[in-house]
Amino acid sequence: MSDIASRVKAIIVDKLGVDENEVVTEASFTNDLGADSLDTVELIMEFEKEFDIQIPDDQAENIATVGQAISYIEEAKN
Amino acid sequence: MDKKRVVVTGMGALTPIGNTLDAYWEGLISGKSGSDFITYFDAEKFKTKFACELKGFDPMDHFDRKEARKLDRFTQYALVSSDEAIADSGLDLEAIDKFRVGVIWGAGIGGLETFQTEVLNFAQGDGTPRFNPFFIPKMIADIAPGNISIKHGFMGPNYTTVSACASSANAMIDSLNYIRMGYCDVVVTGGSEAAVTIAGMGGFNAMHALSTRNDSPKTASRPFDATRDGFVLGEGAGALILESYEHAKARGAKIYAEILGGGLSSDAYHMTAPHPEGIGVIRVMENCLEDSGVSPEDVDAINTHGTATPLGDVAELKAISHVFGDHAPNININSTKSMTGHLLGAAGAIEAIASILAMKHSIVPPTINHTTVDDQIDPRLNLTLNKAQKREVKVAMSNTFGFGGHNACVLFRKFS
Repeated sequence: MSDIASRVKAIIVDKLGVDENEVVTEASFTNDLGADSLDTVELIMEFEKEFDIQIPDDQAENIATVGQAISYIEEAKN
Repeated sequence: MDKKRVVVTGMGALTPIGNTLDAYWEGLISGKSGSDFITYFDAEKFKTKFACELKGFDPMDHFDRKEARKLDRFTQYALVSSDEAIADSGLDLEAIDKFRVGVIWGAGIGGLETFQTEVLNFAQGDGTPRFNPFFIPKMIADIAPGNISIKHGFMGPNYTTVSACASSANAMIDSLNYIRMGYCDVVVTGGSEAAVTIAGMGGFNAMHALSTRNDSPKTASRPFDATRDGFVLGEGAGALILESYEHAKARGAKIYAEILGGGLSSDAYHMTAPHPEGIGVIRVMENCLEDSGVSPEDVDAINTHGTATPLGDVAELKAISHVFGDHAPNININSTKSMTGHLLGAAGAIEAIASILAMKHSIVPPTINHTTVDDQIDPRLNLTLNKAQKREVKVAMSNTFGFGGHNACVLFRKFS
């Protein structure tokens, strides 16, 4: 697992209070990991802080799964 | 219109002298002080370095980590104490009509720590706003009853009353009236507060409201004593289940007491100072007696507001003498704030609980830490000093007064 992926997963485990093994690539924040609308906003903010990036609202809307978060951040950091 | 009778069928307490109803009562009758040096933050530079914090309260015993993170301490306390009261009431949550169950809660401030944390984070940044999406819903004072209703599905009236240190007395009186008028069968009421924070201590210190007796925190809360120098800030919650008598009777509920009435008034005088002649305080006790339909001679015990401020204590006792006249010396007067400290918006709730338990056990909890007589206080008054007193209590009154000049008073009668 890439460094980015493991950091993303650690944030999700911390903020959503879920088990690490639930945080799989396809998992949807809202449908699989129990996030509500405010949780999702908080996750995006944590990603921004952790990786020192800006995620505009219109792009944040497209980050709905663990895998989408990892790819977005990997791209943003390259 | 005939008003319905309203009874108390469940109680819960989370206080600096005990984390359950039973532990709270044990603390009260044994004269335990809840005051000690602050552990929540470094108070070295504060004028007051002590407070009545909860002891051994761990949110993880009650909430999972994700849930706890979204709840300010004042809401955590509300949920824990209301859970205890609901369980104590024996209400069958599957059987009752939840549209007829309200939650009317008191909080003087709300999520002060949440506010403080978020604003400090912003101040330490580069000006980019990165407020947590839970900031507002965690902080607002009405979120405590909101969360109680979400947890249990209570769909009746739901809000928070805010009148500083009278908040939970206002909540109890509103609850009483909603049931009296037939709008609800049951109301979960009470109050919670969690203001032992940097901003809370700093703010009250700036007003010169707090005791600064740093050489003796345990004895710092000394209502009615000549050497009193302000209140000791406390935190926690108290919860009561109010229910129409017919609803309680129909389900065979245990009944602690009947809540007979409430009084409300305002000083209309000063933001924080009590009226020197206690006009509002006299009026609130008179209103309460009238609303309750009892005469002054019927009252056996008064749990005072008694915060241990130099002006407030004397003004309140003078008002009691005025209202109760020759009967005043027969009343067991106490201030349980000598033990719990001042729980602000939760004070009315935990003190009502103390009054009800005094009735149940026929023991009046003491006013501890008294050593020096104040010659401004009528020596004929029985202030229940230092030791609990055995006394059959049939009618008990509880006073609360808040910054802003809000006065609220409730009256309970032993159920028969």
